[in-house]
Amino acid sequence: MTCSRRDFLKDTVGGSLVSALPLSAFTLISQAEAAAALSESKTRWAFLVDTTKCVGCGLCVKACKNENEIPYDAAVTRTWVERYVVTKGGSTHIDSPMGGRDGFIDDKIRDEEIDPEDIAKAFFVPKLCNQCDNPACVQVCPVGATYQTHDGIVLIDREWCIGCGYCIMACPYGVRFFHPEEKVADKCNFCYHRISNGMDPACVENCSFGARRIANLKDPDDPVANIIRTERVSVLKDEYGTKPHVFYIGLDAEVR
Amino acid sequence: MKWHILRPLWVAIGLVGSILVAQQFLVPDDFGVHGRNFTYGYHRLSNIQEWKDFPVKYRGRESCVECHEENVLKLNASTHAPVECENCHGPSVNHPDDKEFLPLDTTRELCLRCHAFLEYPNSARGELLSVEDRRHKRRYECVKCHNPHDPQEDVEEEDSE
Repeated sequence: MTCSRRDFLKDTVGGSLVSALPLSAFTLISQAEAAAALSESKTRWAFLVDTTKCVGCGLCVKACKNENEIPYDAAVTRTWVERYVVTKGGSTHIDSPMGGRDGFIDDKIRDEEIDPEDIAKAFFVPKLCNQCDNPACVQVCPVGATYQTHDGIVLIDREWCIGCGYCIMACPYGVRFFHPEEKVADKCNFCYHRISNGMDPACVENCSFGARRIANLKDPDDPVANIIRTERVSVLKDEYGTKPHVFYIGLDAEVR
Repeated sequence: MKWHILRPLWVAIGLVGSILVAQQFLVPDDFGVHGRNFTYGYHRLSNIQEWKDFPVKYRGRESCVECHEENVLKLNASTHAPVECENCHGPSVNHPDDKEFLPLDTTRELCLRCHAFLEYPNSARGELLSVEDRRHKRRYECVKCHNPHDPQEDVEEEDSE
C-alpha cells in the first residue's frame, strides 16, 4: 500500500477533526434524572383571576408596564384587560384599548354607542401568560431561548433569543409579543423577580379589588391554592391541551 | 484511493466536525437540560438568576409606612384602604435615594378609572360610587374637593360651576 504525501496530510487532518469531536456532543439525556430534579421543587406557581371582582380600572396593566420596563406607549403589554358587553339581542361587543392601560372610562365600545337599556351583562376579563404545563411556545423555540423552570414559570433568555417569532405565533393565548426595545420575544412571567423574593407580582399588588391573586399549588396551606382546589374554576382554551395555570372564577362562555 | 465521492465526503465531515468544535467554545458551559426534559428544559441555567435579579419598582405600602406613617394609617382607616399608594404616587423604585420626589398623579382620568359611571348590570363596577364624567364638575380635578387618603371626609364646598 502506497501513501502519497497528499493522502497522508488529508487523512491526518480528517482524523484529527474526528477525534476532536467531543463525546458530550453525543450524550443522550436521562429522562429519569431530569424528572427527579423536577419533582424536588416545592413550588408550582399558578394564578387566580376573579372576573366577578374586576372593575376594569387597568391599574394592573399600568403597574405591569412600569415594573417590567415595557415601553409605555407601545401597543404591546404583558397583561391586559378585556371588556365584554353582551346585549339582550345576543350580540357581544369586546374591546381592550391599549390593553386597558388607561382603564375603561367611556361607555362607547370601538366608537359604537350601546344603549344601556339593551345591555344584558357586562364584565372585565384580565389576561396574562398562563404558564402552561405543556407550553407550545417552548416546544417551537429553535434555539433553546425559552424554557420552563422547576416552579412552572416559562422564561425567555434575552441573550439567547434570536427574535424569530415562532413562539409568538405558537401561543394559543396571544400573550407573547416582540419587545420593541430589547428586540426579543417577551411575555408575562408572573414577575419572576418578585415572586422568587417573597413579593406578589406587580399586578396583584396593585389590584385594589382582589381580582388577581398568585398561588403556589404545591403548598397545602396556600389559601389561594385552596380556592383553586376546592372551588369551581375554569381555564382558557382547555381544548388545546396546554394545561394552563391561570384559573378563572366567573368565566363567561363569551370569553375566548 | 481515488474515488470521486470521497472528496466531498471529507469536506462534509470536516464541516460538521468544525461546527461541533466551535460549539464547544461558543455555547456557555451551563447550557443544557435543566428542566424536566429536553423539550421544555433545554436552556442556559444562569438565565434563571438573571431574571431573579431584575430590579423591583413597586415596593408596596410596607415600604411607604417607614417614613409616611401618618398618611398610610389614614389611608388604611378609610374606604380607600385597598388602594396602593403607588397607584397614584407612581412606582417608588429607589425613593428617596434616587428620586427625592415621586410624581403624583392628580388627574381626573386616574379617579375615573374606577369612578366613571358605566351602567353595567351584575358587574363589580356598577357597585362602586361613580359619577358621570360629563355631568360632574368637568373642569376640576377631583382632588380639589375630595381627599383621596380619606374620601369620606367632608367635601370642601367650592363655588359650584
